Amino acid sequence: MSLIKLVDLYKTYHMGEMDVPVLKGVSLEIGRGELVALMGSSGSGKSTLMNILGCLDRPTAGEYWLDGEEVSNLTNDERAVIRNKKIGFVFQNFNLLARTSSLDNVIMPLTYTASNMTRAEAKARGKKWLERVGLGHRLDNHPSQLSGGQQQRVAIARSLVNNPPLLFADEPTGNLDSRTAKEMLQLFQELNAEEGITIILVTHDAGVASYAKRTIKIHDGLIVEGAFQDTDAAVAESNGQVQPVQVYGVL
Amino acid sequence: MNFITRIVILAFGALTRNIMRSALTTLGIVIGIAAVIGVVEMGQGSSAAVQKTIASMGADNLLVQPGTASSGGVSFGSGSVITLTPQDCDAILRECPAVASAAPVVRARTQIVYGNKNWVPMYIYGTTPSFLVVRDWQELEEGDMFSDRDVRNGSKVCVIGQTLVKELFPVESPINKEIRVGNVSFKIVGVLSRKGANMMGLDQDDIVLAPWTTIKYRVSGGTLASVNQSTSGGGDVTQQINSLSQPYPGQSNAAQYPVQSAMQMADTPQPVRFTNVDQILTRASSTEEIPNAIRQMTELLHERHRIKSGQPDDFDIRDMTEMTKALSSTSVLMLRLLVVVAAISLVVGGMGIMNIMLVSVTERTREIGLRMAVGARAADILRQFLVEAVLLCLIGGAVGILLGRGGSWLVSTILHWPTQMSIPAIVAAVLVSATVGLVFGYYPAWKASRLDPIEALRYE
Repeated sequence: MSLIKLVDLYKTYHMGEMDVPVLKGVSLEIGRGELVALMGSSGSGKSTLMNILGCLDRPTAGEYWLDGEEVSNLTNDERAVIRNKKIGFVFQNFNLLARTSSLDNVIMPLTYTASNMTRAEAKARGKKWLERVGLGHRLDNHPSQLSGGQQQRVAIARSLVNNPPLLFADEPTGNLDSRTAKEMLQLFQELNAEEGITIILVTHDAGVASYAKRTIKIHDGLIVEGAFQDTDAAVAESNGQVQPVQVYGVL
Repeated sequence: MNFITRIVILAFGALTRNIMRSALTTLGIVIGIAAVIGVVEMGQGSSAAVQKTIASMGADNLLVQPGTASSGGVSFGSGSVITLTPQDCDAILRECPAVASAAPVVRARTQIVYGNKNWVPMYIYGTTPSFLVVRDWQELEEGDMFSDRDVRNGSKVCVIGQTLVKELFPVESPINKEIRVGNVSFKIVGVLSRKGANMMGLDQDDIVLAPWTTIKYRVSGGTLASVNQSTSGGGDVTQQINSLSQPYPGQSNAAQYPVQSAMQMADTPQPVRFTNVDQILTRASSTEEIPNAIRQMTELLHERHRIKSGQPDDFDIRDMTEMTKALSSTSVLMLRLLVVVAAISLVVGGMGIMNIMLVSVTERTREIGLRMAVGARAADILRQFLVEAVLLCLIGGAVGILLGRGGSWLVSTILHWPTQMSIPAIVAAVLVSATVGLVFGYYPAWKASRLDPIEALRYE
């Protein structure tokens, strides 16, 4: 069974009198354990789609099945619980809490989990994930004492601390230099391969997208490529032929 | 992890992330609470001082008087029956916990002579040393009060007020001088300090205090005996036994009147005259205890005088209602004034909190967006900011209490103003600062909880 399934999804914004359709009937499916890139130019509806996929926003019409549950009609609070339990977010600008240690940043989402985890347990969990992303020696550093790549690693550890099946990375390399970006993307590949986490890389950069096994391209509110797994076999193969390093030359 | 401690730790972390701003934010509350605590403590101190002064005027005093005699529908007015005994006074002191002190009073009115001067004082009181405690008059100008032993012995000693000093001893010291009260000679052992006029304008310094036994048996004994038709001179059993009633030793009444035979005495029985006092002056242990003191004394005297319920009392108890009212009205006025001051300062402090919390919400929009993205519900955000505001106010309140206590301590040690620690004010300060945090923190917290996570995450 697929982790994500969109059926004929619409999103229309109301700008005063005007109705602005942003998503015009999107259908797609993403299976468990996939590493997918969501590509599109600005204004294509990419961000809107990501917000809906990330349960931050609600579609105007259509179905959204996440992990076997129809989530398009949930209330704000119900969606907050879904985000907490099933979805991790990694942002372009890291969004770490300033003047807060890496460890405290990582365990922050646990505050909102209903589970009655002790602080020691939470810390142990946070430490485990920080070690997993290679920052076991930086537990007590504040974000300002970390490099961009290290900050993004903290953000990744934070997104995974609740063991979500799905991870969104919104332009995760946008603020990093090419070498760090490459490390970061390799970390995503590693997490995808070893932990089996479904990762969706949202980007406008073909170089970043090339790290994914499948690329979903959106243009003008419609999926133009890679909506379903069957069709992406060819894409994955062609991606496999292109060397990521070469693509980075484009960056 | 405990839910509440987790939230408090979270809020505390957020506050310590910007210590300077948190400190400045809560400054309004700190100053407000400190001012309230300081003013309340100083106000209570001066109020207590004023109350003490008013109390020394006799506000806590309760006067027990004998009741009314009436005959054939004619009432003789208050104090016209003889019902109170010195033993009543002892019993009141022993058995009424609300009564702090009590003194029996025997009155007399007669001329006082010293050398070539004479004077009729307004009050000649026969009493015990505790009279001065009851009237809050312990400080003597000169000499000492007579003792309980003098009372037991019926010693011919007295203490005089300032007016008598002025009238009888314009130049010399009255101590150890002999004055004649009626026809009994008294030695002056002490001079009372100046008390001035009472609320009715009567001169309270125009007074002679002597042991009640002496006044009763040596000064007024004879006169009362002649006034009271039920006893006549030498026929009185008690007076025969009691040689004290003879002002001049060696004088015999028998010379003036023929001795009654036993037959005559049996034919004309004389009522046995017990030792009575004219009034009992008591002092309640505090102004609040006055009603209790009255109740306890009434019950006790009912019992001692064997008055069944329904029968009229043979005594009256008076309190100084007017003065008590004045007392409570000053403290009520003071309290209202303080409440107004406190309210104003705390509203101002609360506005400061609200302002900074609003700024803080705007500044932390991205953080709020992030928290929402990782699963914080609107209620979580609301609670977080509310707890932050309340915590800020409580910390401010705690600091304010310490500051206020410190300030009032300084004032009392350096300026010697009377101050008094007020537990209710401290409790109120804590409650009020928490309430201020809740009220003024609610709007910013509500605003934060209403943010759209997508917008908030994008906020620059």
